[in-house]
Amino acid sequence: MDINATLIGQTIMFIVFVWFCMRFIWPPITQALEARRQQIADGLAQAERGKHDLELAAKRAGQVLTDARQQASEILAQAERRATHIIEEAKGHARVEGERVLAASRAELEQQIYRAKEDLRQHVAELAVSGAEKILRREIDARAHADLLSTIQDQL
Amino acid sequence: MSVPNSSEYIKHHMQHLVFGRLPDGALGLAHTPAQIAQMGFWSLNVDTLGVSLVLGLVFSCLFAHAARKAQIGVPSRFQNFVEWMIEFVDGSVRSSFMAKNDLVAPLALTIFCWIFLMNMMDLVPIDYVPGLAEWAGLPYFKLVPSTDPNATFGMAFAVFFLVLYYSIKIKGIGGFLGELTLQPFGKWGLPVNLILEVVNLISKPVSLSLRLFGNMYAGEMIFILIAALLPFWAQWILSVPWAIFHLLIVTLQAFIFMVLTIVYLDMAYQETH
Repeated sequence: MDINATLIGQTIMFIVFVWFCMRFIWPPITQALEARRQQIADGLAQAERGKHDLELAAKRAGQVLTDARQQASEILAQAERRATHIIEEAKGHARVEGERVLAASRAELEQQIYRAKEDLRQHVAELAVSGAEKILRREIDARAHADLLSTIQDQL
Repeated sequence: MSVPNSSEYIKHHMQHLVFGRLPDGALGLAHTPAQIAQMGFWSLNVDTLGVSLVLGLVFSCLFAHAARKAQIGVPSRFQNFVEWMIEFVDGSVRSSFMAKNDLVAPLALTIFCWIFLMNMMDLVPIDYVPGLAEWAGLPYFKLVPSTDPNATFGMAFAVFFLVLYYSIKIKGIGGFLGELTLQPFGKWGLPVNLILEVVNLISKPVSLSLRLFGNMYAGEMIFILIAALLPFWAQWILSVPWAIFHLLIVTLQAFIFMVLTIVYLDMAYQETH
Protein backbone atom coordinates (compact mmCIF):
# COMPACT_ATOMS: atom_id res chain seq x y z
CA MET A 1 0.00 0.00 0.00
CA ASP A 2 1.76 3.09 -1.15
CA ILE A 3 -0.15 6.29 -0.64
CA ASN A 4 1.06 9.20 -2.73
CA ALA A 5 -0.24 12.38 -4.32
CA THR A 6 -2.55 10.28 -6.49
CA LEU A 7 -4.85 10.43 -3.48
CA ILE A 8 -5.31 14.16 -3.92
CA GLY A 9 -5.78 13.81 -7.67
CA GLN A 10 -8.40 11.13 -7.22
CA THR A 11 -10.27 13.21 -4.64
CA ILE A 12 -10.35 16.22 -6.96
CA MET A 13 -11.43 14.08 -9.89
CA PHE A 14 -14.17 12.52 -7.80
CA ILE A 15 -15.45 15.92 -6.70
CA VAL A 16 -15.48 17.16 -10.29
CA PHE A 17 -17.42 14.14 -11.53
CA VAL A 18 -19.94 14.42 -8.69
CA TRP A 19 -20.37 18.12 -9.42
CA PHE A 20 -20.85 17.38 -13.11
CA CYS A 21 -23.43 14.71 -12.34
CA MET A 22 -25.25 16.98 -9.91
CA ARG A 23 -25.26 19.85 -12.39
CA PHE A 24 -25.85 18.25 -15.79
CA ILE A 25 -27.06 14.67 -15.38
CA TRP A 26 -29.37 14.26 -12.44
CA PRO A 27 -31.74 17.25 -12.74
CA PRO A 28 -32.73 16.95 -16.44
CA ILE A 29 -33.37 13.22 -16.20
CA THR A 30 -35.40 13.39 -13.01
CA GLN A 31 -37.33 16.32 -14.46
CA ALA A 32 -38.09 14.32 -17.60
CA LEU A 33 -39.18 11.37 -15.46
CA GLU A 34 -41.46 13.58 -13.38
CA ALA A 35 -42.91 15.24 -16.48
CA ARG A 36 -43.59 11.85 -18.04
CA ARG A 37 -45.21 10.63 -14.84
CA GLN A 38 -47.45 13.68 -14.91
CA GLN A 39 -48.28 13.14 -18.56
CA ILE A 40 -49.21 9.51 -17.96
CA ALA A 41 -51.36 10.48 -14.99
CA ASP A 42 -53.12 13.11 -17.12
CA GLY A 43 -53.62 10.63 -19.93
CA LEU A 44 -55.12 8.07 -17.58
CA ALA A 45 -57.45 10.66 -16.08
CA GLN A 46 -58.51 11.73 -19.57
CA ALA A 47 -59.15 8.13 -20.58
CA GLU A 48 -61.26 7.68 -17.46
CA ARG A 49 -63.24 10.80 -18.31
CA GLY A 50 -63.67 9.61 -21.89
CA LYS A 51 -64.99 6.27 -20.70
CA HIS A 52 -67.43 8.03 -18.42
CA ASP A 53 -68.61 10.24 -21.30
CA LEU A 54 -69.06 7.20 -23.48
CA GLU A 55 -71.19 5.52 -20.84
CA LEU A 56 -73.36 8.61 -20.55
CA ALA A 57 -73.77 8.83 -24.32
CA ALA A 58 -74.68 5.15 -24.54
CA LYS A 59 -77.28 5.65 -21.85
CA ARG A 60 -78.72 8.65 -23.66
CA ALA A 61 -78.76 6.77 -26.96
CA GLY A 62 -80.69 3.94 -25.31
CA GLN A 63 -83.18 6.42 -23.93
CA VAL A 64 -83.68 8.02 -27.35
CA LEU A 65 -84.13 4.62 -28.95
CA THR A 66 -86.75 3.60 -26.41
CA ASP A 67 -88.61 6.87 -26.94
CA ALA A 68 -88.54 6.44 -30.70
CA ARG A 69 -89.82 2.89 -30.45
CA GLN A 70 -92.66 3.98 -28.22
CA GLN A 71 -93.55 6.84 -30.53
CA ALA A 72 -93.53 4.51 -33.53
CA SER A 73 -95.86 2.07 -31.85
CA GLU A 74 -98.16 4.94 -30.91
CA ILE A 75 -98.21 6.16 -34.49
CA LEU A 76 -98.92 2.64 -35.68
CA ALA A 77 -101.81 2.23 -33.27
CA GLN A 78 -103.23 5.58 -34.32
CA ALA A 79 -102.97 4.64 -37.97
CA GLU A 80 -104.73 1.37 -37.35
CA ARG A 81 -107.50 3.15 -35.49
CA ARG A 82 -107.84 5.59 -38.29
CA ALA A 83 -107.94 2.80 -40.87
CA THR A 84 -110.76 0.98 -39.10
CA HIS A 85 -112.54 4.29 -38.72
CA ILE A 86 -112.26 4.96 -42.45
CA ILE A 87 -113.47 1.48 -43.27
CA GLU A 88 -116.46 1.88 -40.96
CA GLU A 89 -117.24 5.21 -42.51
CA ALA A 90 -116.98 3.75 -46.02
CA LYS A 91 -119.28 0.92 -45.00
CA GLY A 92 -121.84 3.43 -43.70
CA HIS A 93 -121.63 5.45 -46.88
CA ALA A 94 -122.05 2.34 -48.97
CA ARG A 95 -125.08 1.24 -47.01
CA VAL A 96 -126.71 4.65 -47.36
CA GLU A 97 -125.89 4.79 -51.04
CA GLY A 98 -127.23 1.33 -51.60
CA GLU A 99 -130.44 2.17 -49.83
CA ARG A 100 -130.75 5.31 -51.89
CA VAL A 101 -130.22 3.42 -55.14
CA LEU A 102 -132.69 0.82 -53.99
CA ALA A 103 -135.23 3.43 -53.17
CA ALA A 104 -134.72 5.16 -56.51
CA SER A 105 -135.08 1.99 -58.45
CA ARG A 106 -138.11 1.04 -56.40
CA ALA A 107 -139.66 4.41 -57.20
CA GLU A 108 -138.90 4.05 -60.82
CA LEU A 109 -140.36 0.59 -60.81
CA GLU A 110 -143.50 1.87 -59.21
CA GLN A 111 -143.67 4.60 -61.75
CA GLN A 112 -143.28 2.11 -64.55
CA ILE A 113 -145.91 -0.10 -63.00
CA TYR A 114 -148.17 2.89 -62.74
CA ARG A 115 -147.44 3.81 -66.38
CA ALA A 116 -148.06 0.26 -67.47
CA LYS A 117 -151.30 0.24 -65.54
CA GLU A 118 -152.23 3.49 -67.14
CA ASP A 119 -151.47 2.08 -70.59
CA LEU A 120 -153.32 -1.06 -69.78
CA ARG A 121 -156.29 0.95 -68.58
CA GLN A 122 -156.17 2.97 -71.76
CA HIS A 123 -156.08 -0.19 -73.81
CA VAL A 124 -158.84 -1.82 -71.83
CA ALA A 125 -160.92 1.33 -72.15
CA GLU A 126 -160.25 1.50 -75.85
CA LEU A 127 -161.02 -2.19 -76.16
CA ALA A 128 -164.19 -1.71 -74.13
CA VAL A 129 -165.13 1.28 -76.18
CA SER A 130 -164.39 -0.47 -79.41
CA GLY A 131 -166.29 -3.50 -78.16
CA ALA A 132 -169.12 -1.35 -77.03
CA GLU A 133 -168.94 0.58 -80.27
CA LYS A 134 -169.19 -2.61 -82.15
CA ILE A 135 -172.19 -3.56 -80.06
CA LEU A 136 -173.78 -0.18 -80.08
CA ARG A 137 -172.99 0.76 -83.65
CA ARG A 138 -175.90 -1.01 -84.48
CA GLU A 139 -178.06 0.37 -81.79
CA ILE A 140 -176.89 3.83 -80.72
CA ASP A 141 -175.42 6.93 -81.99
CA ALA A 142 -171.86 7.36 -80.87
CA ARG A 143 -172.29 11.05 -80.40
CA ALA A 144 -175.41 10.79 -78.30
CA HIS A 145 -173.79 8.50 -75.88
CA ALA A 146 -170.35 10.13 -75.77
CA ASP A 147 -170.59 11.60 -72.29
CA LEU A 148 -171.79 8.28 -71.02
CA LEU A 149 -168.79 6.61 -72.61
CA SER A 150 -166.35 9.11 -71.15
CA THR A 151 -167.87 8.57 -67.70
CA ILE A 152 -167.22 4.88 -68.04
CA GLN A 153 -163.75 5.59 -69.26
CA ASP A 154 -163.04 7.67 -66.16
CA GLN A 155 -164.29 5.02 -63.86
CA LEU A 156 -162.01 2.39 -65.33
CA MET B 1 4.77 -15.03 -19.33
CA SER B 2 7.12 -17.82 -18.37
CA VAL B 3 6.66 -19.99 -15.31
CA PRO B 4 10.23 -19.88 -13.85
CA ASN B 5 10.10 -16.29 -12.65
CA SER B 6 6.45 -16.23 -11.64
CA SER B 7 7.24 -14.18 -8.55
CA GLU B 8 8.75 -11.51 -10.78
CA TYR B 9 5.65 -11.70 -12.98
CA ILE B 10 3.42 -11.14 -9.97
CA LYS B 11 5.52 -8.23 -8.71
CA HIS B 12 5.49 -6.67 -12.14
CA HIS B 13 1.73 -6.85 -12.22
CA MET B 14 1.37 -5.26 -8.80
CA GLN B 15 3.45 -2.22 -9.75
CA HIS B 16 1.92 1.11 -10.67
CA LEU B 17 3.12 3.36 -13.43
CA VAL B 18 4.48 6.18 -11.28
CA PHE B 19 5.39 9.67 -12.36
CA GLY B 20 7.59 11.81 -10.10
CA ARG B 21 11.00 13.26 -9.42
CA LEU B 22 13.73 10.80 -10.37
CA PRO B 23 16.97 10.51 -8.32
CA ASP B 24 18.85 12.64 -10.82
CA GLY B 25 16.36 15.48 -10.19
CA ALA B 26 14.43 15.24 -13.47
CA LEU B 27 10.68 14.57 -13.66
CA GLY B 28 9.79 11.29 -15.27
CA LEU B 29 8.32 7.78 -15.06
CA ALA B 30 9.87 5.37 -12.56
CA HIS B 31 11.30 2.25 -14.19
CA THR B 32 12.24 0.25 -11.11
CA PRO B 33 10.63 -0.40 -7.70
CA ALA B 34 13.64 1.35 -6.11
CA GLN B 35 12.95 4.53 -8.06
CA ILE B 36 9.30 4.39 -7.00
CA ALA B 37 10.25 4.03 -3.34
CA GLN B 38 12.56 7.00 -3.64
CA MET B 39 9.87 9.27 -5.08
CA GLY B 40 7.98 9.34 -1.81
CA PHE B 41 4.62 11.03 -1.42
CA TRP B 42 4.92 13.59 -4.21
CA SER B 43 4.44 11.23 -7.10
CA LEU B 44 1.46 10.29 -9.21
CA ASN B 45 0.13 6.90 -10.24
CA VAL B 46 -0.43 7.76 -13.88
CA ASP B 47 -2.27 4.52 -14.62
CA THR B 48 -4.79 4.97 -11.80
CA LEU B 49 -5.39 8.59 -12.64
CA GLY B 50 -5.63 7.97 -16.36
CA VAL B 51 -7.93 4.96 -16.24
CA SER B 52 -10.25 6.49 -13.64
CA LEU B 53 -10.36 9.72 -15.61
CA VAL B 54 -11.31 7.85 -18.78
CA LEU B 55 -13.94 5.80 -16.95
CA GLY B 56 -15.35 8.88 -15.25
CA LEU B 57 -15.55 10.58 -18.62
CA VAL B 58 -17.26 7.53 -20.11
CA PHE B 59 -19.88 7.64 -17.35
CA SER B 60 -20.30 11.41 -17.52
CA CYS B 61 -20.55 11.56 -21.30
CA LEU B 62 -22.99 8.67 -21.60
CA PHE B 63 -25.28 9.96 -18.90
CA ALA B 64 -24.97 13.60 -19.98
CA HIS B 65 -25.86 12.49 -23.51
CA ALA B 66 -28.96 10.75 -22.14
CA ALA B 67 -29.75 13.80 -20.01
CA ARG B 68 -29.51 16.13 -22.99
CA LYS B 69 -31.71 13.87 -25.08
CA ALA B 70 -34.11 13.26 -22.19
CA GLN B 71 -37.66 13.59 -23.43
CA ILE B 72 -41.09 13.14 -21.99
CA GLY B 73 -42.31 10.96 -24.85
CA VAL B 74 -41.39 7.36 -25.59
CA PRO B 75 -37.77 6.95 -24.37
CA SER B 76 -35.07 5.32 -26.45
CA ARG B 77 -33.54 2.08 -25.23
CA PHE B 78 -30.48 3.86 -23.89
CA GLN B 79 -32.56 6.52 -22.18
CA ASN B 80 -34.59 3.70 -20.68
CA PHE B 81 -31.46 2.16 -19.23
CA VAL B 82 -30.23 5.47 -17.83
CA GLU B 83 -33.63 6.17 -16.30
CA TRP B 84 -33.67 2.71 -14.80
CA MET B 85 -30.27 3.41 -13.19
CA ILE B 86 -31.45 6.77 -11.93
CA GLU B 87 -34.58 5.29 -10.42
CA PHE B 88 -32.60 2.48 -8.82
CA VAL B 89 -30.24 4.98 -7.16
CA ASP B 90 -33.11 7.30 -6.31
CA GLY B 91 -34.92 4.40 -4.65
CA SER B 92 -31.83 3.52 -2.59
CA VAL B 93 -31.43 7.15 -1.50
CA ARG B 94 -35.09 7.53 -0.62
CA SER B 95 -35.11 4.37 1.45
CA SER B 96 -32.12 5.27 3.62
CA PHE B 97 -31.73 9.05 3.46
CA MET B 98 -34.53 10.80 5.31
CA ALA B 99 -33.61 14.47 4.95
CA LYS B 100 -33.86 16.51 1.79
CA ASN B 101 -30.59 17.12 -0.05
CA ASP B 102 -29.92 17.64 -3.74
CA LEU B 103 -26.34 16.37 -3.51
CA VAL B 104 -26.80 12.88 -2.13
CA ALA B 105 -28.56 11.24 -5.07
CA PRO B 106 -26.14 12.47 -7.79
CA LEU B 107 -23.27 11.61 -5.45
CA ALA B 108 -24.61 8.09 -5.04
CA LEU B 109 -25.12 7.67 -8.78
CA THR B 110 -21.60 8.86 -9.54
CA ILE B 111 -20.12 6.59 -6.89
CA PHE B 112 -22.00 3.54 -8.10
CA CYS B 113 -21.28 3.99 -11.79
CA TRP B 114 -17.69 5.10 -11.41
CA ILE B 115 -16.74 2.32 -8.99
CA PHE B 116 -18.64 -0.22 -11.06
CA LEU B 117 -16.71 0.76 -14.18
CA MET B 118 -13.39 0.77 -12.27
CA ASN B 119 -14.11 -2.68 -10.86
CA MET B 120 -15.12 -3.95 -14.29
CA MET B 121 -11.56 -3.30 -15.45
CA ASP B 122 -10.69 -6.32 -13.33
CA LEU B 123 -12.39 -8.53 -15.92
CA VAL B 124 -10.15 -7.39 -18.75
CA PRO B 125 -7.67 -10.25 -19.25
CA ILE B 126 -4.78 -9.25 -17.04
CA ASP B 127 -1.96 -9.40 -19.56
CA TYR B 128 -3.62 -7.35 -22.29
CA VAL B 129 -3.02 -3.87 -20.96
CA PRO B 130 0.41 -4.39 -19.33
CA GLY B 131 1.44 -6.08 -22.57
CA LEU B 132 0.22 -3.13 -24.61
CA ALA B 133 1.96 -0.76 -22.22
CA GLU B 134 5.22 -2.67 -22.55
CA TRP B 135 4.89 -2.50 -26.32
CA ALA B 136 4.32 1.28 -25.97
CA GLY B 137 7.44 1.60 -23.81
CA LEU B 138 5.80 1.98 -20.40
CA PRO B 139 7.46 -0.11 -17.67
CA TYR B 140 4.30 -0.90 -15.70
CA PHE B 141 0.57 -0.52 -16.04
CA LYS B 142 -2.01 -1.46 -13.41
CA LEU B 143 -5.37 -1.29 -15.08
CA VAL B 144 -7.81 -1.48 -12.15
CA PRO B 145 -8.02 1.85 -10.29
CA SER B 146 -10.00 0.38 -7.41
CA THR B 147 -7.06 -1.90 -6.54
CA ASP B 148 -5.12 1.30 -5.81
CA PRO B 149 -5.76 2.52 -2.24
CA ASN B 150 -5.20 6.06 -3.49
CA ALA B 151 -8.38 5.82 -5.54
CA THR B 152 -10.53 4.25 -2.85
CA PHE B 153 -9.21 6.53 -0.10
CA GLY B 154 -9.64 9.49 -2.40
CA MET B 155 -13.34 8.81 -2.71
CA ALA B 156 -13.74 7.84 0.93
CA PHE B 157 -12.07 11.08 2.07
CA ALA B 158 -14.37 13.13 -0.12
CA VAL B 159 -17.33 11.34 1.46
CA PHE B 160 -15.78 11.84 4.91
CA PHE B 161 -15.44 15.58 4.33
CA LEU B 162 -19.08 15.70 3.28
CA VAL B 163 -20.03 13.85 6.47
CA LEU B 164 -18.07 16.38 8.56
CA TYR B 165 -19.48 19.30 6.60
CA TYR B 166 -23.10 18.22 6.99
CA SER B 167 -22.61 17.23 10.64
CA ILE B 168 -21.38 20.73 11.44
CA LYS B 169 -23.89 22.42 9.13
CA ILE B 170 -26.88 20.64 10.64
CA LYS B 171 -25.86 20.45 14.31
CA GLY B 172 -23.48 23.41 14.56
CA ILE B 173 -19.92 23.12 15.82
CA GLY B 174 -21.14 22.82 19.40
CA GLY B 175 -23.60 20.09 18.54
CA PHE B 176 -20.99 18.18 16.58
CA LEU B 177 -18.40 18.46 19.38
CA GLY B 178 -21.08 17.50 21.88
CA GLU B 179 -21.82 14.44 19.88
CA LEU B 180 -18.12 13.56 19.92
CA THR B 181 -17.61 14.14 23.65
CA LEU B 182 -20.85 13.63 25.57
CA GLN B 183 -21.85 10.19 24.28
CA PRO B 184 -22.31 7.46 25.25
CA PHE B 185 -21.23 7.90 28.92
CA GLY B 186 -22.27 11.48 29.70
CA LYS B 187 -19.94 14.37 30.58
CA TRP B 188 -17.99 12.49 33.31
CA GLY B 189 -16.76 9.96 30.80
CA LEU B 190 -15.52 12.63 28.41
CA PRO B 191 -12.08 11.20 27.50
CA VAL B 192 -13.50 7.75 26.89
CA ASN B 193 -16.34 9.22 24.89
CA LEU B 194 -13.93 11.21 22.77
CA ILE B 195 -11.78 8.18 22.00
CA LEU B 196 -14.79 6.01 21.15
CA GLU B 197 -16.46 8.60 18.99
CA VAL B 198 -13.32 9.62 17.14
CA VAL B 199 -12.57 5.98 16.37
CA ASN B 200 -16.16 5.60 15.26
CA LEU B 201 -15.84 8.65 13.01
CA ILE B 202 -12.47 7.71 11.52
CA SER B 203 -13.57 4.14 10.93
CA LYS B 204 -16.15 5.33 8.42
CA PRO B 205 -13.83 6.42 5.59
CA VAL B 206 -11.26 3.75 6.48
CA SER B 207 -13.76 0.89 6.32
CA LEU B 208 -15.37 2.37 3.24
CA SER B 209 -12.15 2.52 1.28
CA LEU B 210 -10.44 -0.59 2.68
CA ARG B 211 -13.48 -2.76 1.99
CA LEU B 212 -13.49 -1.82 -1.67
CA PHE B 213 -9.72 -1.89 -1.97
CA GLY B 214 -9.40 -5.24 -0.20
CA ASN B 215 -12.04 -6.96 -2.28
CA MET B 216 -10.73 -5.71 -5.58
CA TYR B 217 -7.09 -6.26 -4.68
CA ALA B 218 -7.78 -9.83 -3.62
CA GLY B 219 -9.78 -10.49 -6.77
CA GLU B 220 -7.02 -9.06 -8.94
CA MET B 221 -4.44 -11.06 -7.04
CA ILE B 222 -6.30 -14.29 -7.73
CA PHE B 223 -6.43 -13.52 -11.44
CA ILE B 224 -2.69 -12.81 -11.37
CA LEU B 225 -1.98 -16.03 -9.48
CA ILE B 226 -4.05 -18.05 -11.93
CA ALA B 227 -2.16 -16.45 -14.81
CA ALA B 228 1.23 -16.90 -13.10
CA LEU B 229 0.89 -20.46 -11.91
CA LEU B 230 -1.10 -22.26 -14.61
CA PRO B 231 -0.04 -22.98 -18.20
CA PHE B 232 -1.91 -20.76 -20.67
CA TRP B 233 -4.16 -23.55 -21.99
CA ALA B 234 -5.47 -24.40 -18.50
CA GLN B 235 -5.98 -20.93 -17.13
CA TRP B 236 -9.59 -20.64 -18.29
CA ILE B 237 -10.59 -23.56 -16.03
CA LEU B 238 -10.09 -21.34 -13.01
CA SER B 239 -10.21 -17.84 -14.40
CA VAL B 240 -13.62 -18.15 -16.07
CA PRO B 241 -15.48 -19.32 -12.93
CA TRP B 242 -13.62 -16.69 -10.91
CA ALA B 243 -14.52 -13.99 -13.42
CA ILE B 244 -18.18 -14.96 -13.24
CA PHE B 245 -18.07 -14.90 -9.46
CA HIS B 246 -16.10 -11.69 -9.55
CA LEU B 247 -18.86 -10.05 -11.58
CA LEU B 248 -21.00 -10.40 -8.48
CA ILE B 249 -18.31 -8.85 -6.26
CA VAL B 250 -17.79 -6.01 -8.73
CA THR B 251 -21.45 -5.02 -8.58
CA LEU B 252 -21.83 -5.72 -4.90
CA GLN B 253 -18.83 -3.61 -3.85
CA ALA B 254 -20.00 -0.67 -5.95
CA PHE B 255 -23.43 -1.01 -4.40
CA ILE B 256 -22.08 -1.30 -0.85
CA PHE B 257 -19.91 1.81 -1.27
CA MET B 258 -22.94 3.71 -2.52
CA VAL B 259 -25.30 2.53 0.21
CA LEU B 260 -22.78 3.16 3.01
CA THR B 261 -22.16 6.67 1.67
CA ILE B 262 -25.89 7.35 1.80
CA VAL B 263 -26.15 5.90 5.30
CA TYR B 264 -23.18 7.89 6.63
CA LEU B 265 -24.61 11.11 5.23
CA ASP B 266 -27.99 10.27 6.71
CA MET B 267 -26.29 9.75 10.09
CA ALA B 268 -24.60 13.13 9.69
CA TYR B 269 -28.04 14.64 9.26
CA GLN B 270 -29.55 12.97 12.29
CA GLU B 271 -29.53 14.74 15.65
CA THR B 272 -28.64 11.68 17.72
CA HIS B 273 -27.38 8.32 16.67
